[in-house]
Amino acid sequence: MSAAPPIHPPTKPSSSSRLREPTSSTADVDTTGPTRAGAASRRPPRWLVMTALAGLLAAAVLAALCGGAYRIAPGDAIGALFRGATGDFVQDQARNVMWQIRLPRIVLGILVGAGFGAAGAALQALFRNPLADPGLIGVASGAALGAAGVIVLGGVLLPTALAASLGLWMLPVAAFVGALGVTALVYRLAAGRGRLALPLLLLAGIAINAVSGAAIGLLTYLANDTQLRTLTFWTLGSLGGAQWPMLAVIVWPVALGIVALASQCRSLNALLLGEAEALHLGVAVQAVKRRVMIACALCVGALVASSGMIGFIGLIAPHIVRLVVGPDPRAVLPAAALFGAILTLLADLVARTWVAPAELPLGILTALLGAPFFLVLLWRRRGQFGL
Amino acid sequence: MSVLTRRALMARGARLAAGAWIGSTLPAALAHAAAAASGAKDGPKRVVVAGGALTEIVYALGAQHRVIANDLTSLYPDAATKLPKIGYLRTLSAEGVLSLHPDLLLAGAEAGPPNVLAQIEAAGVPVQHFRHGYTAELVRETIRGVANALKIGDDGARVAGRFMSDWVRARDSIDTQYGIARRPRVLFILGHTGNQVMVAGQDTAADAMLAYANAENALRGFNGYRPLTAEAAVAAQPDVLLTTTTGPSSAEPTVSLLAQPGLANTPAGRARRVVSFDALYLLGFGPRLPQAVAELARRVHTT
Repeated sequence: MSAAPPIHPPTKPSSSSRLREPTSSTADVDTTGPTRAGAASRRPPRWLVMTALAGLLAAAVLAALCGGAYRIAPGDAIGALFRGATGDFVQDQARNVMWQIRLPRIVLGILVGAGFGAAGAALQALFRNPLADPGLIGVASGAALGAAGVIVLGGVLLPTALAASLGLWMLPVAAFVGALGVTALVYRLAAGRGRLALPLLLLAGIAINAVSGAAIGLLTYLANDTQLRTLTFWTLGSLGGAQWPMLAVIVWPVALGIVALASQCRSLNALLLGEAEALHLGVAVQAVKRRVMIACALCVGALVASSGMIGFIGLIAPHIVRLVVGPDPRAVLPAAALFGAILTLLADLVARTWVAPAELPLGILTALLGAPFFLVLLWRRRGQFGL
Repeated sequence: MSVLTRRALMARGARLAAGAWIGSTLPAALAHAAAAASGAKDGPKRVVVAGGALTEIVYALGAQHRVIANDLTSLYPDAATKLPKIGYLRTLSAEGVLSLHPDLLLAGAEAGPPNVLAQIEAAGVPVQHFRHGYTAELVRETIRGVANALKIGDDGARVAGRFMSDWVRARDSIDTQYGIARRPRVLFILGHTGNQVMVAGQDTAADAMLAYANAENALRGFNGYRPLTAEAAVAAQPDVLLTTTTGPSSAEPTVSLLAQPGLANTPAGRARRVVSFDALYLLGFGPRLPQAVAELARRVHTT
């Protein structure tokens, strides 16, 4: 369907709304357009933004390494990482904490932030709608359904031998299968004859999210007290489960997903003009849609499976960076990945230090930190929306 | 098992921050070094407890001075609530627990998540796991397990022996006093807020307690807790409504419970037979089990 989907904002570049100004300015296909020069002059150069973000990420990693419930002097923390076993119990435990608890957590935090940020950026460009986020295409609700299914029915449905051999992996595997399954269903509903109808995809996503929600509700009803609490806390999201073997598995789908999304940036940029326009510019529109969908499902599915539901990063990170770098996906996507990682690391640092020795669920904090920041930015940009 | 309502959890959350702050400012590393030096012979000195029943057992053993922190379900005795809190026992934080430099973690059946316990163990802190279940034998086994982990096996044998003799006496007295009478049908209601009541089926602490008190669970045929409709409550024909309170602040539950649709129309509702217990006391399956069962029997049979 090449007509404008009913849900996204007006696509006419001539629209009086300043909201559309970014879209018209992304006519990067003809790089000499006067609008682009006009828009770019108000923005910091892209390399500066990227360098700043990379620097901030490095600082966030350092802060996350040094901070935590387990008291290790900041200088010592880095030293403990590179120290061998000394035989001294206290020093070895510090080293253990760094290597086995903090570092995997940081790596997972970077993966989560980068994955959600990139997926959110790509989907917002694909749907040409700033409200698009990875939850929209069914990934998150599919993962939640898979997780709820295995938490509540796992003991009944799965053969004991299989359950035992999967062990700790059962929940992530089920969540991943659920994420991919529901996304595939949404995709299947909206695809046909080699085409993918985005409005249909969006509506199918909403409907299937509702169905998953109902199924999760049913499972909640069936769950016993213990299962209910496990489910509740899984839903809130946490990086606490980060372990090297798990990271070694999920780093591949996530990295593959991010790289695949990054390779579609040029086409996504052209797509911002509209599907027909992109087609005329030589973009294989349907293939791009399919690749973005699959890459998002892969990367977000793996992440949700390993960390639970961590909201807002996929929605907010691309938004915030778009306010700085402009709408071109070639800038937004990598910047959103970096910014998402920074946001996640900082939120997790707060989550695990604020109420130490206890821990807050991360999903709450990403929303708590991200949303007000976002609101402030929106407030300052009210002028652009004619207010 | 200890039941903690969501509201109670939130209320405790406020206290959490303050308690945690005190915990993290302990000169923990120093204390740990001292503990490591002497700990091997005399038993662990810096114990973290995750589970309300385990905390009660530690107090019953008189070993509370070795405990440096416990979890949010450790609500009895009152002194236990003053210790630093490691959070809710199902969502422990590996680094948080390690930051206290414990030399033993007592992990109740519900403590977790499992990978966090594994991480704590991998960092060199012994973790003592306990089984899940609702029997007096398991309580005795747990008492001994805690005592052995603390290397005070003699105290453990003594406390466990006293517990078992209390238990036998309590059960005997229940059998002689209420053995021949008709068993009252009791509906256990968890957290009576909202538009539906949550009731206990089989395989719950409440169900086990009712059986021990020679009462009958008014609802059979499902496991765990379920929301119950007004009509089903009436159809269950309970003679007594049993519910829990958390802390002394809770208002008299009779009024609010009987305001629920349906419950007022049950035999229990018409006779206003509502019995309420402290949640941890009734469902905790700790060392106070004999007293709790005896009191439950007395109140459901005579209220």
